Amino acid sequence: MALDDRKSEFTFVGTRPDRPDGLDKVTGRAKFGADMSAPGMLHGAILRSPHAHARIVKIDASKAEAHKDVKAVVTRADFADVPFKPGLEGEFWNVLENVMAGEKALYDGHAVAAVAATSALAARDALKLIEVEYEVLPHVTDVDKAMAPDAPVIREGAADYSVPEGMHPNVVRYHESGHGDVEAGFAEADLVIEDSFVTEATHQGYIEPHACLGALGGDGKGELWCCTQGHWIVQKTCAALLGIETSQLRVTASEIGGGFGGKTTVFIEPVALALSRKANRPVKIVMSRSEVFRATGPTSSASMDIKIGMKKDGTITAAEGIFRLQGGAFPGAPGDMTAMCAFAPYNLTNVRQVGYDVMANRPKQAAYRAPGAPMGAFAVESVLDELCNQLGLDPVDVRLKNAAHEGTKASYGPTYERIGLVETLEAAKAHPHYSAPLKPGQGRGISCGFWFNHGGETSVSLALSEDGSAQVMVGTPDIGGSRASMALMAAEVLGIPYENIRVTVADTASLGYNDVSHGSRVTYASGLATIKAARHAVEKLCERAAAKWGIPVDAVKWEDGCAVPSGPNAGDFDPIPLADITADMGRTGGPISGHFEATPEGAGVSFGTHIVDAEVDPETGKTSITRYTVIQDAGKAIHPTYVEGQYQGGAAQGIGWALNEEYIYGDDGRLQNSIFLDYRIPVASDLPMIDTVIVEVPNPGHPFGVRGVGETGIVPPLAAIANAVSNAAGVRMRQLPMSPPRILAALKDNG
Amino acid sequence: MVEVHLWSSLRSLTGGCEVVEVEARTTGELLRELVRAHPQLQAPIDAGVSVAIDGRIIATGLSEPIPEGAEVYLMQRLRGG
Repeated sequence: MALDDRKSEFTFVGTRPDRPDGLDKVTGRAKFGADMSAPGMLHGAILRSPHAHARIVKIDASKAEAHKDVKAVVTRADFADVPFKPGLEGEFWNVLENVMAGEKALYDGHAVAAVAATSALAARDALKLIEVEYEVLPHVTDVDKAMAPDAPVIREGAADYSVPEGMHPNVVRYHESGHGDVEAGFAEADLVIEDSFVTEATHQGYIEPHACLGALGGDGKGELWCCTQGHWIVQKTCAALLGIETSQLRVTASEIGGGFGGKTTVFIEPVALALSRKANRPVKIVMSRSEVFRATGPTSSASMDIKIGMKKDGTITAAEGIFRLQGGAFPGAPGDMTAMCAFAPYNLTNVRQVGYDVMANRPKQAAYRAPGAPMGAFAVESVLDELCNQLGLDPVDVRLKNAAHEGTKASYGPTYERIGLVETLEAAKAHPHYSAPLKPGQGRGISCGFWFNHGGETSVSLALSEDGSAQVMVGTPDIGGSRASMALMAAEVLGIPYENIRVTVADTASLGYNDVSHGSRVTYASGLATIKAARHAVEKLCERAAAKWGIPVDAVKWEDGCAVPSGPNAGDFDPIPLADITADMGRTGGPISGHFEATPEGAGVSFGTHIVDAEVDPETGKTSITRYTVIQDAGKAIHPTYVEGQYQGGAAQGIGWALNEEYIYGDDGRLQNSIFLDYRIPVASDLPMIDTVIVEVPNPGHPFGVRGVGETGIVPPLAAIANAVSNAAGVRMRQLPMSPPRILAALKDNG
Repeated sequence: MVEVHLWSSLRSLTGGCEVVEVEARTTGELLRELVRAHPQLQAPIDAGVSVAIDGRIIATGLSEPIPEGAEVYLMQRLRGG
């Protein structure tokens, strides 16, 4: 049989069919994390530290345990004794320590004990019966202060090999990379600008709080239903934290009401299982919004210094960035990612970037779409904008002049394969938005953005039914329309309609291992696996047709959903449609399925360019985003509507991050704004129509050319909006969010 | 021989070398030989690395072939959201 590996003409891919989960979601039939119940179910609640940093001297749960409605109380002693090791090896320890505090409470909201009771109200009331004696310790929540010599030490010995001698113990990882000679480069420049920038931590802001239902018996066998971006990592982590065998825990992912990277780890799941094991009954835990803010992953906050030199013609001669990221009371802040992404859009002869991972008394940071990249882009692209302003250069022309392309040595080292940055910039320049006149009081901002994308471990199974329909089992929770994309890709290979394919997110007992839905990997990796699984099934379909015709299998090819002779020499046979082969498959060799398991290693990096218009009210400091255009390379858009949705979502979240969202800590180290009324994400009336342009520069690492699109879209907005606001207000904004008080202060400082 | 380019901060573990030459046909062999040449590289490799071969980033795979004359960069392992 003949199959081309590369495909550029498509029948189904690129169309915009209805979403397969639409009816379930608009009718309320879709089951999210909190929608599952079980007979005899208990409700769990978690007691959290009111202190930013405190030694736990004693926990007395006797009164709670004696209450008639309480069936179990757990503390750290009820989890596996995972040994502490610094660095990534100790990540299980870090997660355990975050799930349930050990010797110290490390941040406001850190879990210290949990109860299971007969109702949710009884569980919450029972928390008040647990007496915890704390010895309050000095705390630090600011990244720069956490690095200072007099900062309280969060945990001795957490730093890994990379940290230079003499740094504060709160600095736990260090990264430095680059090439060329930056000092020589700065000497060649006509203008060098050096500036510093700060961003606050923001939350992923998913609408669905974490929720789960766990059951674990004394035999070590368990079931877990939860809202997650990756149920295999939940399975693996819970098994490690509870000291049970991985395969004995079956985890099923619910529908997911947003994740954005924040649901790539565990918080309440091991607690529900520990309570269940003790109470011998299923336990459900649903976080409140306040718990989500206080105890689940926000982004890192950042403090950054940037220096860029430019010639009068716009050529960048050298670039240098220092990126300090605070990631809470655990190692993991992506200072290395910030550093590696910050200058990646540009073709630089001389570049140096340094990243620090710094601990502070805040919740453990979690990934948030392109973790680390948006902050770096904000700082770098702000300085580029200022250079353009001072040299009187067009910001798109300057970016085009310096843009990375195929063959460019990336700022992080290797030489780029085929990439699409130049195409996004050319599309920006040609877009009517870029030439539209601005009204008085408005400013326009441009920014580019980069993200690596990822492949990851992936398994897919595809089974054909007797009537010619197909079911596809994937293991990556659908956080952005992947069921539709998988169905389109399977339809393309099988040649049967999209509507005849049902895609299911299988549980951990039904499919091989799958990495988390992160790294913009799902349409790339699960998509590649779906294509290969479908091709595997097609091979078998061709074998059955060959047997019917009595010709060799390599004389059969698959075309438009039918087996056909591969050429005139193969014989004169009428095409056999897929459904005619599956109709009697049980009697011609058995069920026909296709499988694929691999770790695809060709995700292909991605670039975007954003154009933003902003208007600043000088009396109130309020910013309105009046126009927004996202241009991004998707490689190949499988379902363009979902791709546009990803672009718009990145812009919307970026608008929140840039203008209003921030974690506000009091002097006592406690979070001051742990509800949506005080932590303001954009609502519909805050947003303009966000226009999108899909650029398609195929990824050589995917059979259909797909590049991930989920993360790159949040990289440019902070910078593009900051540039627009700075140009509108006539003053450079160096701190995010650009909330009205900060804008008023900047206007006042500027006279 | 494969020339492996390291990121700058690894120089402190390799006696100042930012490019290390090793004999390797696959990514797995490459990591093993790097540690043989510079034992202190075990720590960053254990912490997680990716290997870029002619610009294609191999996130985790140990059996990826390294063609003759390929450009090879060691990178910190990527994390996504």
